[in-house]
Amino acid sequence: MKNEWPLWEIFIRGQHGMSHRHVGSLHAPDAEMAVKNARDVYTRRNEGVSIWVVEAKHISATAPGDKGPLFEPSESKVYRHPTFFDIPEEVGSM
Amino acid sequence: MAVDKQHLLQFLLRQGDNTLVLGHRVSEWCGHSPILEEDIALANTALDLIGQTQMWLGYAAEVQGEGKSSDDLAFLRDAWDFRNVLLAELPNGDFGRTLLRQFLFDAFQSVLMGRLMKSSDETVAAIAAKASKEVTYHVERSADTVVGLGDGTEESHRRMQEALEYLWPYVGELFESDETDAAMAAAGIAPDPASLREEYDALIGKVLAEATLDIPAATYAHKGGRTGYMHTEHLGHLLTSMQWLQRAYPGCEW
Repeated sequence: MKNEWPLWEIFIRGQHGMSHRHVGSLHAPDAEMAVKNARDVYTRRNEGVSIWVVEAKHISATAPGDKGPLFEPSESKVYRHPTFFDIPEEVGSM
Repeated sequence: MAVDKQHLLQFLLRQGDNTLVLGHRVSEWCGHSPILEEDIALANTALDLIGQTQMWLGYAAEVQGEGKSSDDLAFLRDAWDFRNVLLAELPNGDFGRTLLRQFLFDAFQSVLMGRLMKSSDETVAAIAAKASKEVTYHVERSADTVVGLGDGTEESHRRMQEALEYLWPYVGELFESDETDAAMAAAGIAPDPASLREEYDALIGKVLAEATLDIPAATYAHKGGRTGYMHTEHLGHLLTSMQWLQRAYPGCEW
Protein backbone atom coordinates (compact mmCIF):
# COMPACT_ATOMS: atom_id res chain seq x y z
CA MET A 1 0.00 0.00 0.00
CA LYS A 2 2.69 2.48 -1.01
CA ASN A 3 0.22 5.05 -2.28
CA GLU A 4 -1.87 5.10 0.86
CA TRP A 5 -1.99 8.41 2.75
CA PRO A 6 -0.78 8.25 6.36
CA LEU A 7 -3.22 7.50 9.14
CA TRP A 8 -4.14 10.25 11.62
CA GLU A 9 -5.77 9.91 15.02
CA ILE A 10 -8.39 12.55 15.67
CA PHE A 11 -9.16 14.23 18.99
CA ILE A 12 -12.13 16.55 19.42
CA ARG A 13 -13.06 18.84 22.23
CA GLY A 14 -16.84 18.85 22.45
CA GLN A 15 -19.23 21.72 23.16
CA HIS A 16 -19.19 21.10 26.89
CA GLY A 17 -16.13 18.91 27.19
CA MET A 18 -13.15 19.97 29.22
CA SER A 19 -10.63 17.97 27.23
CA HIS A 20 -10.05 16.56 23.78
CA ARG A 21 -11.31 13.01 23.31
CA HIS A 22 -10.25 10.45 20.77
CA VAL A 23 -13.07 10.06 18.24
CA GLY A 24 -11.52 7.95 15.51
CA SER A 25 -9.01 8.04 12.70
CA LEU A 26 -8.77 8.97 9.03
CA HIS A 27 -6.34 9.26 6.12
CA ALA A 28 -4.87 12.53 4.87
CA PRO A 29 -1.75 13.60 2.96
CA ASP A 30 -0.63 16.12 5.60
CA ALA A 31 -1.60 17.65 8.95
CA GLU A 32 -3.52 20.54 7.43
CA MET A 33 -5.70 18.26 5.34
CA ALA A 34 -6.10 15.94 8.31
CA VAL A 35 -7.64 18.83 10.26
CA LYS A 36 -9.93 19.66 7.35
CA ASN A 37 -10.95 16.03 6.88
CA ALA A 38 -11.56 15.72 10.61
CA ARG A 39 -13.79 18.78 10.45
CA ASP A 40 -15.79 17.20 7.63
CA VAL A 41 -15.92 13.66 8.97
CA TYR A 42 -16.26 14.17 12.72
CA THR A 43 -17.90 17.56 13.36
CA ARG A 44 -20.81 17.49 10.91
CA ARG A 45 -23.36 17.37 13.69
CA ASN A 46 -22.02 20.27 15.67
CA GLU A 47 -19.90 18.06 17.91
CA GLY A 48 -16.78 20.13 18.33
CA VAL A 49 -15.13 23.40 19.23
CA SER A 50 -11.52 22.26 18.75
CA ILE A 51 -9.66 19.57 16.80
CA TRP A 52 -6.27 17.94 17.37
CA VAL A 53 -4.73 15.56 14.87
CA VAL A 54 -1.77 13.30 15.52
CA GLU A 55 -0.15 11.08 12.95
CA ALA A 56 -0.77 7.58 14.23
CA LYS A 57 2.87 6.53 13.94
CA HIS A 58 3.83 9.12 16.54
CA ILE A 59 1.69 7.50 19.21
CA SER A 60 3.46 5.03 21.48
CA ALA A 61 1.16 2.55 23.14
CA THR A 62 1.19 -0.17 25.72
CA ALA A 63 1.09 -3.70 24.38
CA PRO A 64 -2.18 -5.60 24.97
CA GLY A 65 -0.11 -8.53 26.28
CA ASP A 66 1.28 -6.40 29.11
CA LYS A 67 -2.17 -5.74 30.51
CA GLY A 68 -1.67 -8.03 33.49
CA PRO A 69 1.57 -6.69 34.97
CA LEU A 70 0.72 -3.09 34.08
CA PHE A 71 -2.80 -2.73 35.34
CA GLU A 72 -3.88 -5.59 37.51
CA PRO A 73 -1.75 -4.69 40.55
CA SER A 74 -3.78 -1.52 41.09
CA GLU A 75 -7.08 -3.40 41.13
CA SER A 76 -6.71 -4.32 44.80
CA LYS A 77 -5.59 -0.94 46.13
CA VAL A 78 -8.82 0.60 47.13
CA TYR A 79 -7.05 3.05 49.48
CA ARG A 80 -5.72 4.90 46.44
CA HIS A 81 -9.18 6.16 45.56
CA PRO A 82 -10.00 9.49 47.19
CA THR A 83 -13.49 8.30 48.06
CA PHE A 84 -13.00 8.83 51.80
CA PHE A 85 -13.05 12.62 51.52
CA ASP A 86 -15.85 15.12 51.04
CA ILE A 87 -14.99 17.40 48.14
CA PRO A 88 -16.02 21.02 48.72
CA GLU A 89 -18.40 22.31 46.09
CA GLU A 90 -16.16 25.25 45.25
CA VAL A 91 -13.62 22.85 43.78
CA GLY A 92 -15.92 22.21 40.83
CA SER A 93 -15.61 19.20 38.58
CA MET A 94 -12.68 16.88 39.19
CA MET B 1 -34.18 53.99 -2.84
CA ALA B 2 -36.93 51.70 -4.07
CA VAL B 3 -35.69 48.98 -6.35
CA ASP B 4 -37.54 47.44 -9.26
CA LYS B 5 -39.02 44.14 -8.04
CA GLN B 6 -38.20 42.31 -11.26
CA HIS B 7 -34.53 43.26 -10.99
CA LEU B 8 -34.35 42.14 -7.37
CA LEU B 9 -36.05 38.85 -8.28
CA GLN B 10 -33.62 38.35 -11.14
CA PHE B 11 -30.67 38.99 -8.82
CA LEU B 12 -31.96 36.52 -6.22
CA LEU B 13 -32.60 33.83 -8.84
CA ARG B 14 -29.02 34.23 -10.05
CA GLN B 15 -27.71 33.66 -6.54
CA GLY B 16 -30.02 30.75 -5.77
CA ASP B 17 -29.64 29.04 -9.14
CA ASN B 18 -25.85 29.19 -8.90
CA THR B 19 -25.83 27.38 -5.58
CA LEU B 20 -28.65 25.00 -6.55
CA VAL B 21 -27.15 23.82 -9.82
CA LEU B 22 -23.61 23.58 -8.49
CA GLY B 23 -24.89 21.91 -5.32
CA HIS B 24 -26.62 19.27 -7.42
CA ARG B 25 -23.51 18.75 -9.52
CA VAL B 26 -21.35 18.26 -6.43
CA SER B 27 -23.92 15.88 -4.93
CA GLU B 28 -23.43 13.63 -7.96
CA TRP B 29 -20.11 12.62 -6.39
CA CYS B 30 -21.81 11.17 -3.33
CA GLY B 31 -20.61 7.58 -3.02
CA HIS B 32 -18.18 7.92 -5.95
CA SER B 33 -15.29 10.00 -4.60
CA PRO B 34 -11.78 8.60 -4.71
CA ILE B 35 -11.62 8.25 -0.91
CA LEU B 36 -14.07 8.27 1.97
CA GLU B 37 -12.83 11.54 3.49
CA GLU B 38 -13.28 13.44 0.22
CA ASP B 39 -16.66 11.84 -0.32
CA ILE B 40 -17.94 13.20 2.98
CA ALA B 41 -16.32 16.58 2.42
CA LEU B 42 -17.93 16.93 -1.00
CA ALA B 43 -21.32 15.87 0.34
CA ASN B 44 -20.95 18.52 3.07
CA THR B 45 -20.19 21.15 0.45
CA ALA B 46 -23.18 20.09 -1.63
CA LEU B 47 -25.43 20.31 1.42
CA ASP B 48 -24.09 23.77 2.29
CA LEU B 49 -24.87 24.92 -1.25
CA ILE B 50 -28.38 23.49 -1.13
CA GLY B 51 -28.89 25.18 2.26
CA GLN B 52 -27.85 28.51 0.76
CA THR B 53 -30.23 27.82 -2.12
CA GLN B 54 -33.14 27.51 0.27
CA MET B 55 -32.40 30.98 1.61
CA TRP B 56 -31.86 32.65 -1.78
CA LEU B 57 -34.81 31.01 -3.52
CA GLY B 58 -36.98 31.37 -0.42
CA TYR B 59 -36.43 35.12 -0.55
CA ALA B 60 -36.87 35.10 -4.34
CA ALA B 61 -40.28 33.43 -3.96
CA GLU B 62 -41.25 36.02 -1.36
CA VAL B 63 -40.23 38.90 -3.62
CA GLN B 64 -42.02 37.28 -6.55
CA GLY B 65 -45.21 37.31 -4.49
CA GLU B 66 -47.05 34.59 -6.37
CA GLY B 67 -47.43 32.27 -3.41
CA LYS B 68 -44.69 29.92 -4.61
CA SER B 69 -42.06 28.25 -2.43
CA SER B 70 -38.34 27.77 -2.91
CA ASP B 71 -39.14 24.15 -3.85
CA ASP B 72 -41.49 25.34 -6.61
CA LEU B 73 -38.72 27.51 -8.02
CA ALA B 74 -36.15 24.72 -7.80
CA PHE B 75 -38.20 21.86 -9.17
CA LEU B 76 -40.87 23.34 -11.42
CA ARG B 77 -38.98 25.72 -13.68
CA ASP B 78 -37.52 24.69 -17.02
CA ALA B 79 -33.99 25.27 -18.30
CA TRP B 80 -34.69 28.67 -19.89
CA ASP B 81 -35.90 30.06 -16.56
CA PHE B 82 -32.65 29.21 -14.77
CA ARG B 83 -30.22 32.06 -14.13
CA ASN B 84 -27.09 30.23 -12.98
CA VAL B 85 -23.74 30.90 -14.64
CA LEU B 86 -22.65 28.25 -17.14
CA LEU B 87 -19.68 27.31 -14.94
CA ALA B 88 -22.07 25.81 -12.37
CA GLU B 89 -23.78 23.44 -14.80
CA LEU B 90 -20.69 22.03 -16.53
CA PRO B 91 -20.27 18.27 -16.08
CA ASN B 92 -18.04 17.14 -13.23
CA GLY B 93 -15.35 15.49 -15.36
CA ASP B 94 -12.70 13.92 -13.16
CA PHE B 95 -12.19 14.70 -9.48
CA GLY B 96 -9.57 17.35 -10.32
CA ARG B 97 -11.85 19.24 -12.67
CA THR B 98 -14.66 19.15 -10.11
CA LEU B 99 -12.39 20.63 -7.45
CA LEU B 100 -11.00 23.25 -9.82
CA ARG B 101 -14.53 24.30 -10.83
CA GLN B 102 -15.34 24.44 -7.13
CA PHE B 103 -12.33 26.61 -6.42
CA LEU B 104 -13.09 29.02 -9.28
CA PHE B 105 -16.65 29.36 -7.95
CA ASP B 106 -15.73 29.46 -4.25
CA ALA B 107 -13.21 32.23 -4.88
CA PHE B 108 -15.90 34.29 -6.60
CA GLN B 109 -18.39 33.63 -3.81
CA SER B 110 -15.89 34.56 -1.15
CA VAL B 111 -15.32 37.97 -2.75
CA LEU B 112 -19.03 38.48 -3.45
CA MET B 113 -20.29 37.43 0.02
CA GLY B 114 -17.90 39.88 1.64
CA ARG B 115 -19.64 42.69 -0.26
CA LEU B 116 -23.17 41.33 0.14
CA MET B 117 -22.77 41.29 3.92
CA LYS B 118 -22.89 45.08 3.66
CA SER B 119 -25.98 45.05 1.42
CA SER B 120 -28.63 47.73 1.96
CA ASP B 121 -31.19 44.89 1.83
CA GLU B 122 -31.28 43.33 5.30
CA THR B 123 -32.32 39.89 4.11
CA VAL B 124 -29.56 39.77 1.50
CA ALA B 125 -27.03 40.87 4.13
CA ALA B 126 -28.26 38.20 6.56
CA ILE B 127 -28.09 35.40 3.97
CA ALA B 128 -24.59 36.50 2.96
CA ALA B 129 -23.44 36.60 6.59
CA LYS B 130 -24.60 33.02 7.12
CA ALA B 131 -23.23 31.80 3.79
CA SER B 132 -19.88 33.53 4.18
CA LYS B 133 -18.74 31.20 6.98
CA GLU B 134 -19.41 28.20 4.77
CA VAL B 135 -17.84 29.86 1.75
CA THR B 136 -14.68 30.72 3.71
CA TYR B 137 -14.22 27.04 4.51
CA HIS B 138 -15.10 25.90 0.98
CA VAL B 139 -12.52 28.13 -0.66
CA GLU B 140 -9.84 27.12 1.83
CA ARG B 141 -10.48 23.47 1.17
CA SER B 142 -10.81 23.66 -2.61
CA ALA B 143 -7.71 25.89 -2.86
CA ASP B 144 -5.70 23.35 -0.85
CA THR B 145 -6.78 20.52 -3.12
CA VAL B 146 -6.08 22.52 -6.27
CA VAL B 147 -2.54 23.18 -5.01
CA GLY B 148 -2.11 19.56 -3.93
CA LEU B 149 -3.17 18.18 -7.32
CA GLY B 150 -1.65 20.95 -9.48
CA ASP B 151 1.72 20.71 -7.76
CA GLY B 152 1.41 16.96 -7.34
CA THR B 153 2.40 14.15 -9.66
CA GLU B 154 2.99 14.49 -13.38
CA GLU B 155 -0.43 13.00 -14.07
CA SER B 156 -2.34 15.11 -11.55
CA HIS B 157 -0.62 18.26 -12.85
CA ARG B 158 -1.53 17.40 -16.44
CA ARG B 159 -5.15 16.74 -15.52
CA MET B 160 -5.43 20.00 -13.58
CA GLN B 161 -3.92 22.03 -16.42
CA GLU B 162 -6.39 20.39 -18.83
CA ALA B 163 -9.22 21.19 -16.41
CA LEU B 164 -8.13 24.83 -16.28
CA GLU B 165 -8.06 25.05 -20.10
CA TYR B 166 -11.59 23.61 -20.16
CA LEU B 167 -13.04 25.77 -17.38
CA TRP B 168 -11.29 29.07 -17.98
CA PRO B 169 -13.59 30.26 -20.82
CA TYR B 170 -16.48 30.05 -18.32
CA VAL B 171 -14.92 32.34 -15.71
CA GLY B 172 -15.58 35.57 -17.61
CA GLU B 173 -19.35 35.23 -17.25
CA LEU B 174 -19.06 35.64 -13.48
CA PHE B 175 -18.14 39.29 -14.06
CA GLU B 176 -20.78 40.15 -16.67
CA SER B 177 -23.00 43.13 -15.88
CA ASP B 178 -26.37 44.13 -17.22
CA GLU B 179 -29.20 46.45 -16.23
CA THR B 180 -30.15 44.20 -13.30
CA ASP B 181 -26.65 44.55 -11.89
CA ALA B 182 -26.77 48.29 -12.46
CA ALA B 183 -30.07 48.50 -10.56
CA MET B 184 -28.65 46.40 -7.68
CA ALA B 185 -25.53 48.55 -7.50
CA ALA B 186 -27.52 51.78 -7.60
CA ALA B 187 -29.71 50.58 -4.72
CA GLY B 188 -26.68 49.44 -2.72
CA ILE B 189 -28.01 45.86 -2.67
CA ALA B 190 -25.11 44.21 -4.52
CA PRO B 191 -21.88 45.28 -6.18
CA ASP B 192 -21.46 45.41 -9.94
CA PRO B 193 -19.82 42.02 -10.66
CA ALA B 194 -17.31 43.68 -12.96
CA SER B 195 -15.94 45.53 -9.92
CA LEU B 196 -14.97 42.23 -8.26
CA ARG B 197 -12.61 41.05 -10.99
CA GLU B 198 -9.42 42.58 -9.65
CA GLU B 199 -9.81 41.05 -6.19
CA TYR B 200 -10.78 37.73 -7.76
CA ASP B 201 -7.80 37.66 -10.11
CA ALA B 202 -5.44 38.37 -7.23
CA LEU B 203 -6.95 35.55 -5.16
CA ILE B 204 -6.94 32.87 -7.85
CA GLY B 205 -3.65 34.08 -9.31
CA LYS B 206 -1.91 33.35 -6.04
CA VAL B 207 -3.40 29.87 -5.65
CA LEU B 208 -2.97 28.82 -9.29
CA ALA B 209 0.66 29.97 -9.21
CA GLU B 210 1.25 27.88 -6.11
CA ALA B 211 -0.43 25.01 -7.93
CA THR B 212 2.06 25.53 -10.81
CA LEU B 213 -0.86 25.95 -13.23
CA ASP B 214 -0.78 28.40 -16.14
CA ILE B 215 -3.82 30.61 -16.66
CA PRO B 216 -4.73 30.37 -20.36
CA ALA B 217 -4.02 33.49 -22.39
CA ALA B 218 -7.28 33.33 -24.38
CA THR B 219 -9.90 35.78 -23.14
CA TYR B 220 -12.97 34.40 -24.94
CA ALA B 221 -15.84 33.95 -22.47
CA HIS B 222 -18.91 31.77 -22.92
CA LYS B 223 -22.02 33.49 -21.61
CA GLY B 224 -25.80 33.21 -21.55
CA GLY B 225 -26.39 31.40 -18.27
CA ARG B 226 -27.00 34.25 -15.85
CA THR B 227 -29.23 36.02 -18.40
CA GLY B 228 -31.00 32.79 -19.34
CA TYR B 229 -30.28 33.58 -22.98
CA MET B 230 -28.64 30.25 -23.71
CA HIS B 231 -27.56 27.53 -21.29
CA THR B 232 -25.30 24.65 -22.28
CA GLU B 233 -26.93 21.38 -23.30
CA HIS B 234 -25.83 20.00 -19.93
CA LEU B 235 -28.40 21.90 -17.87
CA GLY B 236 -31.41 20.09 -19.34
CA HIS B 237 -29.89 16.72 -18.49
CA LEU B 238 -29.13 17.87 -14.96
CA LEU B 239 -32.71 19.08 -14.45
CA THR B 240 -34.07 15.82 -15.84
CA SER B 241 -32.56 13.92 -12.95
CA MET B 242 -32.90 16.66 -10.30
CA GLN B 243 -36.57 17.39 -11.02
CA TRP B 244 -37.72 13.90 -11.99
CA LEU B 245 -39.55 13.10 -8.77
CA GLN B 246 -41.63 16.29 -8.68
CA ARG B 247 -42.39 15.97 -12.39
CA ALA B 248 -43.49 12.34 -12.18
CA TYR B 249 -45.33 12.69 -8.87
CA PRO B 250 -46.48 16.32 -8.65
CA GLY B 251 -46.76 17.59 -5.09
CA CYS B 252 -45.21 14.42 -3.67
CA GLU B 253 -43.93 14.89 -0.10
CA TRP B 254 -42.20 12.74 2.49
